[in-house]
Parts: sequence; C-alpha cells; structure tokens
Amino acid sequence: MAKALGEIIIDIEKCKGCSLCIDACPEEVLSLTNKINKKGYQYIVTVNSNCTGCANCALICPDAVITVYRKIEKSA
Amino acid sequence: MGEIKLMKGNEALAEAMIRAGCDAYFGYPITPQSEVLEYLSKDATQRTGMVVLQAESEVAAINMIYGAAACGRRVMTTSSSPGISLMQEGLSYIASAELPCVLTNVVRGGPGLGTIQPSQADYFQAVKGGGHGDYRLIVLAPSSVQEMVDFVRLSFDLAEKYRNPVMILADGAIGQMMEKVELFDQMPRKTEFPDWATTGKPKDKERRYITSLHIQPEKMEEINKHLQAKYKQIEKDEVRYEAFNLDDAEYILTGYGLGARICRKAMDILREKGYKVGLIRPITLFPFPKKVYKEVADKVKGILDVEMNSGQMVEDVKLSVCGKTRVEYYGRMGGMIPSPEEIVENFEKLFIKGEA
Amino acid sequence: MSNNIETAKFRPEICTDENLVYRKPSTLLPEPFHYCPGCGHSTVHKIFMEVVEEMGIENEIIGVAPVGCSVFAYHYMGVDMQQAAHGRACAVATGIKRVQPDKYVFSYQGDGDLAAIGTGETIHAANRGENILVIFINNGIYGMTSGQMAPTTLEGMVSTTSPHGRDVKTQGYPLKMSEFIAPLPGVAYVTRQSVHKPANVRKAKKALRQALEYQKQGLGFCLVEIVTNCPSNWRMTPAQANQYIEEKMLAFYKLGDIKVPEVK
Ligand SMILES: Cc1ncc(C[n+]2csc(CCOP(=O)(O)OP(=O)(O)O)c2C)c(N)n1
Ligand code: SF4
Ligand code: SF4
Ligand code: SF4
Ligand SMILES: [Mg+2]
Repeated sequence: MAKALGEIIIDIEKCKGCSLCIDACPEEVLSLTNKINKKGYQYIVTVNSNCTGCANCALICPDAVITVYRKIEKSA
Repeated sequence: MGEIKLMKGNEALAEAMIRAGCDAYFGYPITPQSEVLEYLSKDATQRTGMVVLQAESEVAAINMIYGAAACGRRVMTTSSSPGISLMQEGLSYIASAELPCVLTNVVRGGPGLGTIQPSQADYFQAVKGGGHGDYRLIVLAPSSVQEMVDFVRLSFDLAEKYRNPVMILADGAIGQMMEKVELFDQMPRKTEFPDWATTGKPKDKERRYITSLHIQPEKMEEINKHLQAKYKQIEKDEVRYEAFNLDDAEYILTGYGLGARICRKAMDILREKGYKVGLIRPITLFPFPKKVYKEVADKVKGILDVEMNSGQMVEDVKLSVCGKTRVEYYGRMGGMIPSPEEIVENFEKLFIKGEA
Repeated sequence: MSNNIETAKFRPEICTDENLVYRKPSTLLPEPFHYCPGCGHSTVHKIFMEVVEEMGIENEIIGVAPVGCSVFAYHYMGVDMQQAAHGRACAVATGIKRVQPDKYVFSYQGDGDLAAIGTGETIHAANRGENILVIFINNGIYGMTSGQMAPTTLEGMVSTTSPHGRDVKTQGYPLKMSEFIAPLPGVAYVTRQSVHKPANVRKAKKALRQALEYQKQGLGFCLVEIVTNCPSNWRMTPAQANQYIEEKMLAFYKLGDIKVPEVK
C-alpha cells in the first residue's frame, strides 16, 4: 500500500490567523499558536505529523501562506 | 497644399480625427454634435482600422476613453454640455492618472437640458477643472471650421506631450456651420506605445498600473505638486492667442470662439466710426493668455469682453489686468448670439457715452 | 487554547521540488493582502493568479480593478492593471479590449460596483458581447464603505443601512445579476462559484480558467460570479461567515453554470 507523507511550510508573517485552514484540514494537523507575528496576528503551526499533503489548507488559505509537499512512500 | 473641401464643423472635426491617426472614438449622440459619431460610423474603421463605438452613455464613453488611453492609444470623444457634465468624474480620473486624450465640447445653451442653440456657458467648467479635485484640462477654442481641423492634430500632440486631457471647446454654431477647409494628409496610426501604457506586462520588466488612488496624503500631495508643476509649464509654453490692431488701440474687444468672430465684425464697424479698437482672441483658454492683457492694460482706456454666457472669461481678463484698466462685459445667454451691432451699441454706451 | 502548544517536528526531507504540491503563484506580487482575515477577495486573487501562471499569459493580460475593497487588486496581481472609477470597470475593460483585441482583458468587481452603480456598463458590455472576463465578487454587502446594503444583500439580512434586516418592500429585492445577464445573446459563459471550501476553490479556479479559454476562442462576454464572505461587516468569524455562505447565501444564489457556450 502506498502512503502519502505530507509536509507544509508556513509563511508565518503572512498568516492572519483566520483559522480556515484548521477547519479544512482532515488530519487535524493545524492549530493556532498564542504567539503573534509582526502584523499582530496569531499564526498557525503544525501540531502532529499526520499531514498527507492533501493541500486543502493551502487551497482554502486566502493569503497564500502555505506551501505543501507530498511524498508517496511505497510500503510492502 | 492639402485637400480643400467645403465641410460642416462637426464633420471636419471627425475627418481630422481619422486623418490624425486616431485609434479609437467612443461617444454618445447629443445635439449639436451627433454628426461626429455619424460621420465616423460611415467608413472610419474601413479607412484606418480605428475603433468607433457608440457607448451606452457619456459616463461609459469617458471610461472607455480611460481604458484605451491607458493602453497608450490616441483616443477621442465628443459631446455637448449635458454629456460633458456626465463625463466629469472620468475626466478627473484621467487627469489624475495623466492619460492623454482629446475631447470636444460642442457647447449648447444651459443650464439644465437648456437649448440646442450655441453657447459659451461651459467656460468655467472647461477651464477651471470641471470635475472634482485640483486639475486642469488644456482648452483650445476654435473660431472656424478650419480650426476644428487644425486643433484636432494640435490637441493630440499637446495631450501626448503633457500626458493630459485636452478639450476643444467649440459651440453649436461652429459645429454646424459650413466653411471651406484645408485638410492635412492621412497620418499613420501609432505602432509603438509609451512605457507606461498597459499593453501587457513586458517580459523581464516590471508590470505597469494606472491609478489615481494614493491613500497616503503625503503621496497624494506629491502627485498634486507634480500636476501643478506641469500646469505651470503649460502656462509658460503653450499660450496661444490672436491679436488685431493692438498697436494704436485705445480700446480692446475680447472674446473667444464664435464670440471672437462677431467681435471682429464689431471692431471693423467701430474703426469705421473712428474708434481705435483692437481685438484679443484667446485660442488657449487654459493656459489663459494673461500676458497680452497685462501688456495692453497700461495703454488702453478699456476692454469690452463679449461672451455667449453671463460673463465667465471676463473674470480671467480682470485677473490678468490687475485693475489697471476698465473691464466691461457684454453678452447674451441661453443660446442667443450677440450681433456686431449690439456690441457696437454697448461699446458706445459703456465707454463713449459713459452710461455704465 | 493551551498556552504551550507542542509543535510537530519539521521534516525537510519531504520538502523537495519533486514533492511540491502547492505553492503561491509567481504571478502574485510579494505585497501581503490588505484584506481582512479570511476574506474571499484574497482567495479569488490567489486562484486567478494561479490560472494566469498556469496558462502562461502574464504578458498578454490586462486587468481592471474596481472601487471597492479590491481597489488595490493591482498591488497584488502581477500583471498590467488599470484602476477604474466606481462601477465603470466594464466600460474601461471595453476600451482596453477594443484597442487590443489580441490581449486577454478582465475586470474584477464587487457587487455594489457591478450590480448597483455599474449596472448599465455591465449589461451593455455583456450585450455587445465584449470578449472579456468579468469576475464578480458577490459578498452581499458594501465592504469598503463599512457594511451598507448592496443590491445583492439577502432579504432580512442586516447591514448598516438595513439595521432591521433588508425590507424588500421598501429596499428592493436581492438582485441575481448572473441570471439577469445570462440570456443576452452576446454572453458566452455565466457561472456562479464560491471559495468557502477547498472543493469549491478548485471548481472556482476551473471556471476562471474556462472563461479565459473561451475568451481566447473569441466567444464573447464571460461572467464568473463568486459568492464570497465579508467577515468584518457581516460581524462574524471567518468560519461563521463561510457557514453563512453555505446555509444562507447559497440557498438563494445557487452554485453552478448558468450558461455555457454551445458546442460547435
Ligand atoms: C462615485 C462613487 N460613489 C461612491 C463611492 C463610495 N464607495 C466606494 S466602494 C463602495 C461600495 C463597494 O462595494 P462593493 O462593490 O460591493 O465592493 P466590496 O467592497 O464589497 O468588495 C462605495 C459605495 C465611490 N468611491 N465613488
Ligand atoms: S496538506 Fe492536508 S493534511 Fe496536510 S496540513 Fe494541509 S490540510 Fe492538513
Ligand atoms: S488560512 Fe491562511 S491565513 Fe488563515 S490561519 Fe490558515 S494559514 Fe493563516
Ligand atoms: S471589509 Fe469585508 S470584503 Fe472588505 S476586506 Fe474586509 S472582509 Fe473583505
Ligand atoms: Mg460587496
């Protein structure tokens, strides 16, 4: 069975903390921190490694904050 | 010598537009200038490939002008007073964004729907800005059908030189009258466009944008300063006027466009009567030929300003002479045209019999 | 929310070029959007610039920004742009397209801009079959001027000028511009999309691309309406606003194609 390993890069200075990506992520990978960026917004972080690289978060993100990678790992 | 033809003012203007290599005309019918759109609709596109489009309103027309002008094209619209009022917001944007374009106001009597008869009642609107914000149009006032032709080419040149809208301020009489004109030869349409024109982002260069929006007041003030400096330059370099009999003049008649033609007749009658009368005809209303008025002010006993309105240009004449000579006004309003005899009568009343 | 969120360990080995699934389009300029958090304007700018990048047409397209929250669209879209007077974007786009028929031309307009002050320009550009794309952002409100009623505001919907809810008896009915425009013969393609869920974002992007393909074929006027949110003036969180789209807006403004070109 092939397994999708995903990873995202978050441009935290562009994040406005709208949380739409959090709701859109099927794997519950994302959460807001209580830190704020230079613009004064709380931003998102990944809280687990369950990302599959489905890109839902990047699609819904209005501010083009997220870059998504996906690696297909073949397992026996 | 160019082709000589007997033409109506509006048609001559349209013919000149085609020959000047105009790329696009957008307009809306209104008397007394509908002949322009009608003339262009015949075969302008076949002749040069220029765009001719009847817009759904003057508001749309001026915004089509904005769009096409911002692509670096030679564009023109024409209308008459109420239509020009509708174009004012667009003109303000065009002036602020510094887009070259030419428009003609074939003025009719107002206010309101008014009359379709010739008038000069839109002087203030044309030369003092017209729309919102501090801006100026370059304003040319033709007084013959020949000048309707010549000023089209001149207007495009000035518009492009200064990146500023230029208005030809005509009137219903000049638009409708038939005169012999000499036409210039067909000029090619442009094939190269300025760097600022939005023709699609050039490869390996910054994209361009056209805007009049500058939220920061500091920036907006800079834009204003830049515009004002440009207007100063125009006032320095682009003044045009015509003068007659200034050498021995004791009195001056002054008027523009059709008013100036009538003044010329009045001047001749007055000279026959023995009065030493000269004439100043501003050709550019903005920039206003202040200097010539200032110069004559020291020498003459008075200036009679004649207009087909309630006395609008007379304010600029007064500002120019700085109180150094007497300035009087005589005019008719609402589409009425003063006769030379009326002018003579009022001249004598005001200056000779001292009935003022 | 806890004070100490444990963040996951970053795995750089996955982040290689061949594994790239999504990145911000190169046609989007670096300037961050001024739009409020969660605002659909940003999403639509983003996907439209993705389309321009994917089609490789950034040197052949000219856009018109309206007066509305998206007045600064030209700060973000990395293509030649013009800013138009309120409501006049379709006339400006007409001017551009008529002198450059070989270029792609689009306008980007809000509902107040397109369906109130600019209704005339919109209908006549459509009726002339101007070969342009109009992106119509329907957020049911005047965003830029802080939340007054728009022609698209739903019946009963609260705005600063309908504080008791839109009363259709005195304030008129919400206007379905897309349905109104679609029957005109000059109109090639009309579709209504949204960007409130990832799947809708994908579809909206497809529609935008489709419209530009039609423009390339010279088919005529294309209108892509996108039902979006205005969390700030709807006085909702972005998530609540997107929920409101799902439940209320889309119940009235039905998603899907309203007119497609006849296949030849
Ligand atoms: C001639 C004119 N009238 C009014 C305004 C003020 N104004 C600016 S934006 C706007 C409404 C914008 O609403 P919409 O088009 O729905 O865009 P949104 O901000 O919601 O995206 C108004 C009324 C203006 N700029 N110009
Ligand atoms: S790519 Fe998919 S799984 Fe990964 S964080 Fe984004 S939404 Fe979640
Ligand atoms: S959707 Fe984008 S802006 Fe909003 S919280 Fe997520 S990353 Fe930040
Ligand atoms: S006011 Fe509304 S439409 Fe405007 S940016 Fe904010 S959320 Fe978006
Ligand atoms: Mg709106």
